[in-house]
Amino acid sequence: MHRRDFLKTAGVAAGASILPFLRFLPAEAAGRADTLVVVVGHGINSLDLHRKGTNRPSYQVTVNIYDHLVRFGVKTLEDGSMAYDSTTIEPEVAESWTVSDDGTVLTFKISPKAKFWDGTPVTSHDVKWSFDRAVSLGGFPAVQMKAGSMTKPEQFEAVDDMTFRITIPRPSKLTLPDLAVPVPFIINTKVAKAHATDKDPWATEYLHKTPAGSGAYKMARWDPGQQFIYERNEDWALGAKPGVKRVIVREVPSAATRRALTERGDADLYMNVPAKDAKEFKEGGKVAVSGAPIDNCLHVLGLNLKHKPFDNVKVRQAIAYAIPYKDIVAAAAYGRGKPMFGAADMTPADITWPQPFPYDTDLAKAKALLAEAGLAGGFETTLSFNLGLADWQEPTALLIQESLAKVGIKATLDKIPGANWRTAALVEKRLPMHLENFGGWLNYPDYYFFWAYKYGHLFNSSNYKNEEVEKLVDETLHMDTANPQYEANVKRMIAIAFADVPRIPLYQPYLDAAMQKNVTGYASWFHRQLDCRAIHKA
Amino acid sequence: MRTKILQVGRRLLQALPSVFGIIVISFVLTRALPGDPAVYFAGAMADKVSIEQVRKSLGLDRGWVEQFGIYVDNLAHGNMGMSLSTGRPVSEELLSRLPASIELTLLGLGLAVLVAVPLGVLAATRPGSWIDHLCRLLVTAGVSLPTFFTGLFLIYVFYFLLGWAPSPLGRLDILYLSPPQVTGFYTIDSLLAGDLETFAASLAQLVLPAATLGLFALAPIARMTRAAMLGALASDYVRTAKANGLSRATVLGTYAFRNAALPVLTTLGMVFSFLLGANVLVEKVFSWPGIGSFAIEALVASDYAAVQGFVLSMALLFVAVNLAIDLVLTLVDPRVGLDD
Repeated sequence: MHRRDFLKTAGVAAGASILPFLRFLPAEAAGRADTLVVVVGHGINSLDLHRKGTNRPSYQVTVNIYDHLVRFGVKTLEDGSMAYDSTTIEPEVAESWTVSDDGTVLTFKISPKAKFWDGTPVTSHDVKWSFDRAVSLGGFPAVQMKAGSMTKPEQFEAVDDMTFRITIPRPSKLTLPDLAVPVPFIINTKVAKAHATDKDPWATEYLHKTPAGSGAYKMARWDPGQQFIYERNEDWALGAKPGVKRVIVREVPSAATRRALTERGDADLYMNVPAKDAKEFKEGGKVAVSGAPIDNCLHVLGLNLKHKPFDNVKVRQAIAYAIPYKDIVAAAAYGRGKPMFGAADMTPADITWPQPFPYDTDLAKAKALLAEAGLAGGFETTLSFNLGLADWQEPTALLIQESLAKVGIKATLDKIPGANWRTAALVEKRLPMHLENFGGWLNYPDYYFFWAYKYGHLFNSSNYKNEEVEKLVDETLHMDTANPQYEANVKRMIAIAFADVPRIPLYQPYLDAAMQKNVTGYASWFHRQLDCRAIHKA
Repeated sequence: MRTKILQVGRRLLQALPSVFGIIVISFVLTRALPGDPAVYFAGAMADKVSIEQVRKSLGLDRGWVEQFGIYVDNLAHGNMGMSLSTGRPVSEELLSRLPASIELTLLGLGLAVLVAVPLGVLAATRPGSWIDHLCRLLVTAGVSLPTFFTGLFLIYVFYFLLGWAPSPLGRLDILYLSPPQVTGFYTIDSLLAGDLETFAASLAQLVLPAATLGLFALAPIARMTRAAMLGALASDYVRTAKANGLSRATVLGTYAFRNAALPVLTTLGMVFSFLLGANVLVEKVFSWPGIGSFAIEALVASDYAAVQGFVLSMALLFVAVNLAIDLVLTLVDPRVGLDD
């Protein structure tokens, strides 16, 4: 082990022509135009997204060093921040694609410009093997592929070296966007297969530490628990040349330290800034803050219908009227949340999602509804929240507890450690009243409803069951958005969610990043990770 | 000398039952944690089927006794298992992180001893003087200031305001490479490689966290030194030595301090073992890739192998440190024999 470490280090030192700066440089090095220093709170634990146990921060590796068949475009928001655009899909490894008339066969033409780091061309066989791997290894990748109707290797076919075909059981609008999420990344099959064994046919052990791809950046170094360094792939031809040569991502667990580093100018970019720091950075004016509301994501208060009296819709509505929405947006989200309350009408005007619900803080109405439900005297319950997300959930829970007390509902706070949260809230679904924060990667309202309103589905932590919603979601999930029925169905779903409120939306959260003023090109993504390919530094 | 080696061997044998007990307890306790690793590691969108797949591949669907058998068998072959949260073997993880923690702890402890022992001695020889009050103040401050506060305060003053300290980014500032690994201590390794820049850089990174730890460790050491010195100074042999007209230096150094050093050394051993595991907060604030933050993350993720590996290695270290202290005591004080 030591020997290998030594060799690795010596190797990097010997390659000093590539990394001449790395032995030492004056402190202002962070200000160099070709090197971007990024600070993050949580480090990566694998270079292979398909592996079991790969954590969320590791998804950014896949985004930056691997290529995908297609990618999402980027748009500029009203305030000048940039964000990905879920409505445009651009070519990446696939230079073009066609969809059969019945919508079940997607044929992709591989771009001859796509080359792996070792110089060999990307072929449809590489794509086939990589996609087979994504559906075969199980766990999260398989679930995400399934959302795009891709479940088994037989669906993927290498027609010839440069033509790749996906067959889906029924036409679905979700398949193409699902190819642009981080999961179906394209691996250099020759390299991977050379390291596969009978026990490990998908080379998970090898790719875990040694990536083999074609992306715009290569992984120059990974010191687990400390840092990793991307190095630009000068031969990448599938998009505009990345603006920075080198990206150093440092793991800094303490938010206070991350903030100090950013304000001192030693860090160029600080990913995923807590709302409070984002607000204060903005007010301070020394560093720029770029952020966008996270698409298809809501912070909600879930009411579990398996627990009385939440099975009574009057009680759920009463609680929706008793939530101190404005205080929550101000004190828990520090203004970095889009209000989701105060709509005028019980039926939605359009299919925008998320959109404000027709509730507002109105204690008199809440009391009246409770009285109608026969609970004028109030009741006792517990309000659970995830300690891992205490930065917004704790103040939110306190504000809700205080406000509910005014209508006679005594809620005891129940703090659940982050590791137990998923079991309690999502798998066993046993928490009566709780805070939840699901966000769907594919930006369609019906996709949100599929995960959060269908009975038994993972994020339906409320145990909500409505036959009409079940039917509507099944009917709409794969339906094309141009279908006239689509709008009618989605409106109906939203109207039911308005009336039944098993999930009371509090606000739509922002994803914020802080950066020095000479850093441009940052965009926020649905996967909430840094895509450093578009970033420039003056 | 041979009897001494035999005695050391016997001491090590005596530690075996407790180490085995620790293996059992850490195994049972990690399983008693409320989190479910299969759910945790199945990822954000995993459904019931994929959670079961993960549970099976982690071997968590087997009985406890069977799991324990596998664990002990692996341990006997020197395999501590894989850490799920970092994706690396636990032993590799511990080997790369333990030196970071030990380097920091030793330096912090060294600073604390340099300040605390003279301070305690002076305070004891001049009870009630200003130096005694200073000692009391530092001890109170050390005990009552939480380490994360001291750490953040030092960062704020010396890094953020004054800009004297390097950025609090772990063992080396961004643009340095770690020296070729020999001992795992960056300061020593960089000297071995003859790389003075890296040595200076790694030392600079150590100053603030070591000072933070030092302030915390200072309290018990200074208190113990003062108390032990007071006891020694009031003893018959010191009175006799003084009555025989020995010089003040001889009385203090040879007679009083040598005797007072025994409880201080014992305290040092305790403080060292305690600091090593307990400096999580310092590690977090200074982004130090040490063993404490590794253990906390493993606990949060119910990463069984990692937690057990941590507990086991700390237990072994504790045994080793205590043994070393015992041996040093026999050198310092001939009255202390290993055979009693």
